[in-house]
Amino acid sequence: MKNSALHLAGLLAATLFSSTTLADELRLGLVLEPPHLDPTAGAAAAIDEVVYANLFEGLTRIDQNGAVQPSLATDWTISEDGTRYEFTLKEGVTFHDGTSFDAEDVKFSLDRARAEDSVNAQKGIFAPITKVEVMAPNKIAIEIASPQGNFLFNLGRGDAVIVAPESAETNQTNPVGTGPFKFVDWQQGSKVILEKNPDYVGNDVYLDRAIFTFISDPNAAQNAMLAGELDGFANFPAPETLEIFEADPRFDVVVGSTEGETILATNNKAEPFNDLRVRQAIAHVIDRQAIIDGAMFGYGTPIGTHFAPHHPYYVDLLDTYPHDVAKAKELLAAAGYENGFKATLKLPPPTYARRGGQILAAQLREIGIELELINVEWAQWLEDVFTKKDYDLTIVSHVEPFDIGIYANPDYYFQYDNADFQKLIEELNVSTDEARRKELAQEAQKILAEDAVNGYLFQLAKTGVWDARLSGMWPNSPVEGNDLTQVKWAD
Amino acid sequence: MRVFKQFASNFRHPSFAIGFVLSAVLIVLALLSLVWTPHPTNGVNIAARFGSPSLQHVIGTDFFGRDIFSMLMAGALTSLRVAVLAVGIGMVVGVPLGLLAAGHGGWLERLILRLNDFVFAFPAIITAIIITTLFGPSAINAMIAIGIFNIPVFARVARGGALSIWTLDYVDAARLSGLKVWQISVRHVLPNILSLLIVQATIQLSLGILAEAGLSYIGLGTQPPETSLGLMLKEAQSFFLAYPMQAVWPGLTIIIFVMALNLMGDGLRDQMDPKLSKAGGINVAG
Repeated sequence: MKNSALHLAGLLAATLFSSTTLADELRLGLVLEPPHLDPTAGAAAAIDEVVYANLFEGLTRIDQNGAVQPSLATDWTISEDGTRYEFTLKEGVTFHDGTSFDAEDVKFSLDRARAEDSVNAQKGIFAPITKVEVMAPNKIAIEIASPQGNFLFNLGRGDAVIVAPESAETNQTNPVGTGPFKFVDWQQGSKVILEKNPDYVGNDVYLDRAIFTFISDPNAAQNAMLAGELDGFANFPAPETLEIFEADPRFDVVVGSTEGETILATNNKAEPFNDLRVRQAIAHVIDRQAIIDGAMFGYGTPIGTHFAPHHPYYVDLLDTYPHDVAKAKELLAAAGYENGFKATLKLPPPTYARRGGQILAAQLREIGIELELINVEWAQWLEDVFTKKDYDLTIVSHVEPFDIGIYANPDYYFQYDNADFQKLIEELNVSTDEARRKELAQEAQKILAEDAVNGYLFQLAKTGVWDARLSGMWPNSPVEGNDLTQVKWAD
Repeated sequence: MRVFKQFASNFRHPSFAIGFVLSAVLIVLALLSLVWTPHPTNGVNIAARFGSPSLQHVIGTDFFGRDIFSMLMAGALTSLRVAVLAVGIGMVVGVPLGLLAAGHGGWLERLILRLNDFVFAFPAIITAIIITTLFGPSAINAMIAIGIFNIPVFARVARGGALSIWTLDYVDAARLSGLKVWQISVRHVLPNILSLLIVQATIQLSLGILAEAGLSYIGLGTQPPETSLGLMLKEAQSFFLAYPMQAVWPGLTIIIFVMALNLMGDGLRDQMDPKLSKAGGINVAG
């Protein structure tokens, strides 16, 4: 293992538990413990962070670049009109409990996810499906109402994994999937242990064991890493301590991107934010780099609209409203607020919000906008801000991939109601032509930037810290999860 | 004149003198932050963060580029305010209870004492956790929690002091002349246990500052953008390996503040307690 003392401990453990060598074990830290382990029955990203691609598999999977790859489906064909998908399934696959996998399991899983009483957190993914048809034990067809641009991507998300009818009900506590790792133990409040699945059909994984340890306190996380109690954090909770790890040759610090657009969400129906000039003034006075430096210690990429900068459709709109305090004051005066005004800024617990909020308040003060900072817990945020829309401003990160469509919903908590934009998204949703999709997505980004719907701050970085001898960890997270299938220790 | 003389004689007590001077300096600086700090405490200047001590920023700047000295002044004020009001809560509720227990005696005294024991059994931290779970973390809730913790402390001291006064002849005289229990308590007992209460208040003040720092440190007290000494310590903790001085300054301030108030309290007690002081001082007959 890592050094002689640990090696000894490893040998000792190996003898004690009469298992094979523990040499290829990974102890990964996670900030949040999942509420349960069934990705088809919960919205918490923490579930996917343990089970995605490791324990459960879908028809497709998303690779570390965000591209769709075959998984349980080895290949597929799409009909001319884009409404019928036929998948060929991998053969000889069994679930971890020994039951066999075939097209019936796929039909069961998809029908379960799209059923009336489904508890799937992303039911929208399955809404377009009109029929799931078993053609042969290794062939399945899915029909959808209208062409979907990102249907294959959606089938690769954690919410669309394939489960067995025998074990679907107990997956929350004893998950049974088809993946290269199987579930061993969950010590609540502490860790989840996965072990290599010897019967896996496909490329073997390098690790024998994976232990996910839950540590939410940044200081405890730092201490655990420095003491060698953990091998890594896929996303380290405290950006301010990264320089310690950067200076330490034992660790690699890998800064990647996430799908998290961090925004100053604005209530577009509340006075005075319903006035475009007020929103423009705010856009002019926001200094994104200062927020990234001050709140995230430089980790983050500025964004000018609600879109991930690493996405091929991204347009750089940072200069739509360049930092210009004089111009901001003019706009505010034109809107009738030459002396500024008072408003509230509700801040959920993450650092980007709590620290970012203080910096933002100082920036807005320059043009006379006095913000009262109100700290809220997540439950309260979901209730007051997200559900009741009782807020002026808030800071939050939207972590779902390709989620620009939320602006087409006038009831969404931004309360942004723009008929042109809604039409645009409608067309984007049904269009499968790559060039047209790009054009539409870029047009949508521009509208949002120009309307200054929200204050667009930065793309949340994924700041991974792990043992320098590890390879195969994902630098980015195009989808919620920690895919360990390619992770290995250097010899 | 007598007060002044008393004060001057107190000053010959070295720990009182040290404690008094240090506390006075800190309290004056804290109060000064109401109207003036060297730099604004809500001014964020990211470019200037983690600055070293300089002519402009005597002990450097914090992670938001704010002047640490100004932050300490404002933080000390919050800590002091919480501690003073918590002591206030403890005295306003605790002292009458103690006086009542001593004056009335019997079942009422036993009831008050048992209730006291019950509240006393909960450390301030536990009380604070209960309160913040119910009402959310804030400086006010921390203050209430520490205040509740102070109630039995003052009730005990008041009762203990009052019991000895109730045995004195002039109290008997007052009783014979027809005064009611509460009248005797207010007119004769309270003035005579005041010195005891002042000593206790000084000590509780230091404990209050410590408790506020502790509660803010674990996230149950003052919340940003307000500041307090405990909160500064909490915020500095994550930078400790890279910028240790960020944590040293608020930590040092808490130590000095608490030590100063304790020294002052001890000094006062030495002067006022007849058993400890040959001079006798201002008590009983005062």
